[in-house]
Amino acid sequence: MVKMNYELTEEQQAIVEIAKQIADEKILPIREEYDEGQIFPNEIVEILAKSDLYRVFVPEEYDGLGMGIFEMSLVTEELSRVCGGIALAYAGSALGAFPILLYGSEEQKKKFLPSIASGEKIAAFALTESEAGSDASNVRTTATKEGDHYILNGTKQWITNGGVAGVHSVFATVDPTRGIRGMTAFIVDSETDGLEIGKKENKLGIRASETVELIFNNCKIPAENLIGREGTGFRVAMGTFDQSRPGVAAQALGIAQGAMEAALSYAQERIQFGSKIYSFQAIRFMIADMAIKIEAARALIYNVSKLIDSGAKNTGGYSAMAKTFASDVAMEVTTDAVQVLGGYGYMKEYPVEKMMRDAKITQIFEGTNQIQREVIASHLAKELSRLRK
Amino acid sequence: MKRVVVFIKQVPDTAELKIDPVTNTMIREGVPSIINPFDMYAIEEALKIKDKWGDTETVVMTMGPPQADAALREAISMGIDKGILLSDKKFAASDTWATSYILSKAVEKLGDFDVLIAGKQATDGDTAQVGPGVATWLKIPSVTYVRKIDELEPGHAKVERMRSEGFDIIEVKGKFLMTVLKELNEPRIPSFRGKMAAKKAEIPVWGADDLNTDEANIGFTGSPTRVVKAFTPPPKKGGIKVEGDDLETVKGVFKFIKENHLA
Ligand SMILES: Cc1cc2nc3c(=O)[nH]c(=O)nc-3n(C[C@H](O)[C@H](O)[C@H](O)COP(=O)(O)OP(=O)(O)OC[C@H]3O[C@@H](n4cnc5c(N)ncnc54)[C@H](O)[C@@H]3O)c2cc1C
Ligand SMILES: Cc1cc2nc3c(=O)[nH]c(=O)nc-3n(C[C@H](O)[C@H](O)[C@H](O)COP(=O)(O)OP(=O)(O)OC[C@H]3O[C@@H](n4cnc5c(N)ncnc54)[C@H](O)[C@@H]3O)c2cc1C
Repeated sequence: MVKMNYELTEEQQAIVEIAKQIADEKILPIREEYDEGQIFPNEIVEILAKSDLYRVFVPEEYDGLGMGIFEMSLVTEELSRVCGGIALAYAGSALGAFPILLYGSEEQKKKFLPSIASGEKIAAFALTESEAGSDASNVRTTATKEGDHYILNGTKQWITNGGVAGVHSVFATVDPTRGIRGMTAFIVDSETDGLEIGKKENKLGIRASETVELIFNNCKIPAENLIGREGTGFRVAMGTFDQSRPGVAAQALGIAQGAMEAALSYAQERIQFGSKIYSFQAIRFMIADMAIKIEAARALIYNVSKLIDSGAKNTGGYSAMAKTFASDVAMEVTTDAVQVLGGYGYMKEYPVEKMMRDAKITQIFEGTNQIQREVIASHLAKELSRLRK
Repeated sequence: MKRVVVFIKQVPDTAELKIDPVTNTMIREGVPSIINPFDMYAIEEALKIKDKWGDTETVVMTMGPPQADAALREAISMGIDKGILLSDKKFAASDTWATSYILSKAVEKLGDFDVLIAGKQATDGDTAQVGPGVATWLKIPSVTYVRKIDELEPGHAKVERMRSEGFDIIEVKGKFLMTVLKELNEPRIPSFRGKMAAKKAEIPVWGADDLNTDEANIGFTGSPTRVVKAFTPPPKKGGIKVEGDDLETVKGVFKFIKENHLA
């Protein structure tokens, strides 16, 4: 791989080697078919599980390896280099697990995290609804308390890993009139009566990632599955995003890296006008620019991830920067990679058109890049007022 | 506790082997080493047996220079319990006779076992003799070219042996050795825990004195094989294509087969 060398520890290197081997040996041969057919990679999940990679982001007390966002991002980057869609079978589970990991009680962690760590269960994160996209506070799914249970009713859409997950972190409102102060997070077992998998989306990119509708029809959820307290759901969701965004950024970074490598090797082989196209400055510079942007994105992501892992507070603005920058880089780099390959780049025989399709989602999900800029702008204003105090 | 022993060989990672024109042996310098690809299936099968039997120790052994330690650690990263390196200046230049003798002595030293597994052949030496050789020294049955395992319990096995056409179903009683093919399984990717265990593992090194080997069967002097000549066999010719859907054409094909003793 053509990339800058970071001083990784022995453990981090081992994680990267494993992820790389899985990507190159197991994902590469199937990525085209799984993209075309929108096939969820069950066997890759099993391999990721057996190789301990789902343990990376789970603390040791719950059968994890006790590593952090940085290592989770390293894995996501490496898998995404080969397939940004299949990588979500990994990163999506981290996103679904974070609400429990960050805000769950000791009992909840003991009950749910070990099976996520072993990969026996995938986790999903269910926030978005038809009327609640960027405006996540507008959630209409209701949670009504009945004795020691809550009854959930409503429909979530575009839930990554929704149909394959064993555990869902679900955001509902205990009182629609209270806006974000009504929002409450629950852990929902996929076996819960009344939970149905609805429409499976047909998408532009990340087609091997499953995106489905989840329908809650009088789902009886034990009160002990409530995360935090009634009304803290919005904070749980936002706190989760602050930690999960480097994962999306790493997905974008990996996609960009894959596209740059494809463009670089193609440009050194393709001959036009009697020369390798890599000898044309227009092409060389395009690839040089790709590398500059990718390394800048990598530096930002790695630093933000390490900052989060250090336990620092107020990291949300920085994780939003990493996500925004890396996803914009991914879109630019993949678009240019198609350009470098010319007409061949536009064809499915080459991987770059898929990378371009896959890159787009990273500017949209876990908060669009417009919303990220809102987060960053608010963060800057808050930091300034803190300094002035 | 049950025990499965796997023999692995470190080979150069290249399909294009260079042969020293003077000595007629392989030039190994400067070529990165990997575990012989067929031995990866042997490792995977041992792990599958352990998954199934439980309470089983899996052991890998290799005879080679000190660097072969890396191959053993790689096997441990995949989940193998223990690696043993058989290394001694006296072992150098051993042929298949001597190699299989040394491996058999190491198995004897290790103690009891249920199954021994070797790769079908090594991609460098290519003789496919070492597996059956070990079985011969140990006076146990061997089944070569195993492509599928139908039943396998301690003391009893039913396996499929690949042939150029079709396959044999073979039942074996007692301990035995098998050499395995690519069709048998898909080797697993190392786990994180395995990799960490591999870094920390202590790899015992057994030499001629530890194994009580007979000087007459080891090293250059104990090796009856002399490589007289090594050459690249000419590529297979294209064959003959016969077209037509009439009876005469078919008869012609039968005649050709008969005349050339092809059936
Ligand atoms: C493939 C896929 C997978 C997904 N997976 C999940 C999942 O696992 N879990 C989950 O909960 N959700 C998931 N989502 C939902 C995703 O997070 C939302 O699509 C995203 O937050 C944007 O919401 P929206 O699509 O409703 O866009 P809208 O909110 O309708 O936005 C439309 C446009 O308006 C802009 N906009 C909106 N508000 C503002 C504003 N205040 N200022 C400036 N611009 C604004 C947006 O940036 C965007 O350009 C997924 C979506 C997709 C497509
Ligand atoms: C043409 C030729 C050139 C040779 N050149 C050299 C040379 O330059 N230097 C030299 O030292 N030897 C050389 N040898 C000897 C040869 O490499 C050894 O005898 C070798 O250990 C076994 O032969 P093989 O590679 O054919 O293995 P095969 O019999 O094809 O291997 C079958 C299986 O036996 C097991 N196995 C084989 N070897 C070992 C081992 N060492 N340890 C553990 N398990 C094993 C593996 O499971 C393997 O898959 C040469 C042999 C030949 C035929």
